[in-house]
Parts: sequence; C-alpha cells; structure tokens
Amino acid sequence: MSAISFEELSKNYGSLKALDNINLEIQEGEFFGLLGPNGAGKTTLITILAGLCKPSSGHAKVMGYDVQKDFRAARRLLGIVPQELVFDPFFNVRETLEFQSGYFGIKNNSDWIDEIMSHLGLADKANQNMRALSGGMKRRVLVAQALVHRPPVIVLDEPTAGVDVELRQSLWKFVSRLNQEGHTIVLTTHYLEEAEQLCGRIAMLKKGQIVALDTTSNLLGRVKNKDTRDGDLEDVFMQIMNEESAS
Amino acid sequence: MIPQKAFNLEHHSSSGFFALFYKEVKRFWRVSFQTVAAPVLTAILYLMIFGHVLEDHVKVYGAINYTSFLIPGLVMMSLLQNSFANTSSSIIQSKITGNLIFVLLAPLSHFEFFSAYVLAAMVRGLVVGLGVLLATCWFTDIHFEYPLWILGFALLSSAVLGALGLIGGIWAEKFDQLAAFQNFFIMPATMLSGVFYSIHTLPAMWQTISHFNPFFYMIDGFRYGFFGVSDVSPWMSLIVIGVFLVIVGLIALRMLASGYKLRH
Repeated sequence: MSAISFEELSKNYGSLKALDNINLEIQEGEFFGLLGPNGAGKTTLITILAGLCKPSSGHAKVMGYDVQKDFRAARRLLGIVPQELVFDPFFNVRETLEFQSGYFGIKNNSDWIDEIMSHLGLADKANQNMRALSGGMKRRVLVAQALVHRPPVIVLDEPTAGVDVELRQSLWKFVSRLNQEGHTIVLTTHYLEEAEQLCGRIAMLKKGQIVALDTTSNLLGRVKNKDTRDGDLEDVFMQIMNEESAS
Repeated sequence: MIPQKAFNLEHHSSSGFFALFYKEVKRFWRVSFQTVAAPVLTAILYLMIFGHVLEDHVKVYGAINYTSFLIPGLVMMSLLQNSFANTSSSIIQSKITGNLIFVLLAPLSHFEFFSAYVLAAMVRGLVVGLGVLLATCWFTDIHFEYPLWILGFALLSSAVLGALGLIGGIWAEKFDQLAAFQNFFIMPATMLSGVFYSIHTLPAMWQTISHFNPFFYMIDGFRYGFFGVSDVSPWMSLIVIGVFLVIVGLIALRMLASGYKLRH
C-alpha cells in the first residue's frame, strides 16, 4: 500500500496554478525528498495532505485514507512538522505535548512523551514555558508534537531552516532511525546535500508540476558535468530546473 | 522506537474534544488575574458608582431598590462579555501566532471544535458571573426567586456569546477587526440591553428598538430569576435566546465545516 498518494491533484488560487495535476505515490518505509525552488508548490502539497488546504481537484490519501473524506483516519496516520516556528505561549513543553496527544484522543501517554523528549534532548526543558526556549529547542518541540500520536507517516517541511549544525545532525540521526524502524518520511528542504544523503527517492517540483521523479542514485547519474568532479544533487537540480526553464 | 502496534488506528480510542476543552479552560485560568479578577473589579466599580448615585432616586418594578436591580444586570453583562472574549481572543491569537495549526492538524470534527471552544467560553463566563455575584451581593440583599431560570439563562446566554466569539475570532484577520466587532457590536448591544435600567423607563421608540436586541432578553430573563418580575415574559426571552443560539451556532458550525478563513 502507498503511504501517500496524490491523484490528479490541482490547486488554483485564482488564475495561479499552485499545483497542476500532480500524480505521485510514496511507498511505505520510503525516505522521500520533495525539492523545488520557492513557490514550486511543495508546501501547498503538504498543506493539502495535512487537510489545511483544500484541493481544487483530485485526491490526496494517507495509507489509503482520503484526507478530506476520511480525515480522522488520515490525520491520525500523519505527523507534520510545520515550516514555521509556531508555539502556544501559555504552556510548557510537557503540557504542549500532552495537549497535542489529547487532540488525537490518546490518554495516559506520559511514557511515550518522556521517551520522545529524551530522544530529542528536551527532557531537561519539560517544565519550561515555550517562550523561554531557543529557536532550536522550539524546532525540537515541533518534531515531538508531530510524533506524539505515533504516526507511521511523517512529513518534515524544511525542518532545518535556520537551525545550527548540531541540531541538524541530531535531528537527521533521529529521523533516520525512525525511517529504519519502518516510518515513511517525506522531507522538503533547500539543503540539497541533506536530501542527497538521506532520501532514497526524490521528486522535483517547479511551478506546480513534477519535473523529475526518480531514485536519488538515478538522478545523480543524470548529471552531465563537464569537469572531472563527481556531480552532486545540486548540479542535477540546477540542470533540471534550467532544462525546464529553456523548454 | 515506535512499536508497530502503534500503527493501528484503534490506538486512538477517544475524542480530542476533552483535551481541547481542557486546554481552553487552562488557557484562561493561567491568566485569571486578567480574565476573571479584572472583570469582577470592573463590575464592582460600576455598582459602587451607579448604585451610590442612583440608589435613592430610582425604584424599579415598584419596590426593588436600584442596587438590587443592578446586580443581576452586571452579573449577566460580565458573563456575556467574558464568554465572547474567551473564544474570540483564543482563536485570533492562535491564528495570528500560527499555533492554531496544532488543532487543525488533529482529527477533530467541526462539531468537536465548536463544542470545546464554546463550552470553555461558558465556563469562563459562568466563573466571572459567579465572581461578580459573590463580590457584589455584600452591597445589598439579593433574592433568588427562581434559581433554575437564573441558571438556564446564564447557560444559554454564555453559549450564545461563546459562539459569537468563535464567529468573530474566525472572521477577524487582525486584532483591530476583532476589537471593532467587540466595541461596535458586542459592547453597545450589552450596555444598551437593560443592564442599568428597565426598558419601561425609556421612550416608546427606544423600547421598541430594545425588543430587537437579543441581549435585552438575556438580561431581562436572567433578572426574572432573581425578582420574579421582568419587562417581557421569561418564556418569550427563552425562545428568543434559543432561536438566537441556533442561528449563531449554525453559522459558526458552517464556518468551521467549510474551513472559512481556517482551511484555505
């Protein structure tokens, strides 16, 4: 079964086509990268998957559940780490995670919350108000919130934007481990070296359309470098984007 | 790290309604100085000023002294304004700071969302109303002629204002718009609904206009529970408020179901 599927998905804002007939299947257990320049439609795709935005046409599904019709099941199976550093200033870290757990109908989740906090280096911040945390710590709480209901599918929308090297490394270590344990991971990032190292398969979006979809190794094989060094994903990305611009 | 059994949907056994309701109550309680104590103090000031100035000059419904008449009005006014403030301020703050996303990502139906927010608003309205009643009842003798009417009107009215606050909070895109909704609609409607006077003391035209103000029925019906007398029948007030609740409730639910200004 596909962990995530988009079927003929389009999203229009007036005359602007934010997404144009997207067809994409992401299999269970994949570590999948969603790349593209700003405004390509990555976040729109994720917000539709999360049910925060309605498609103009087509369907998005999580583990076979339509995100509009079967929204309860779809949302329970999905954990989203949003791009923005948002938090509720009234509560501390533990309360934030307990409430998030409660929204998903899970009671007595303290053991799991303790475990997530421990893995994300938040244990000693459990009783601190969210306002008192650094940006990096707030980012960790966002990751913890996405995991609190134990979703099999996890989407990270530019999780390392503006965070330091230490957090990036610890976050990728943690996320890689989740992937090895069977979780499907979808990542959007502007750090292409991260996508190259982590993702087994990558889709590149431009102007609301998928312009490349392949395994990372196949994509790297497409690079046509004129110099002697090995091509990297950045070369591939630039080549594909330029090809599309020229066509 | 995450056990396979956790992938089973049955792991999520209950509704998220209780967590959202509890969070909303805890949110206002955490700043209770601002959300509970301040409105109680404001009501005491109203009572001291208007009660002192008018006590010897105004008798209402024949024999009721003005301070006794004023107290139920102040209780209801505080209850209404705070029920509205709870939902509206919570929603607009969450929208502007972006943390509403955590609720929107959860598997909550629009009815669960509506119920949790409105019920928490009712709790705040009732807590403030009770606080005003306890703080002001020392100033004069208070009678509770029909306690069930008092409770019924308090519950219904706080639900109406909680739902109105939800509508205002969802509709407003910035604090300024919400302040306009509150200061140009909710505040005048509550202040001009008979908190400080019986509408029988007004000129005929203003009496007629007052009958089109649903807030008038909330205060008049609530006051009936204290004194057993009112400007209109309490049944009439009950029907008007009930219809108003259905209307604002349906509007709020429709906004939530369609994702108006929440899910684009």
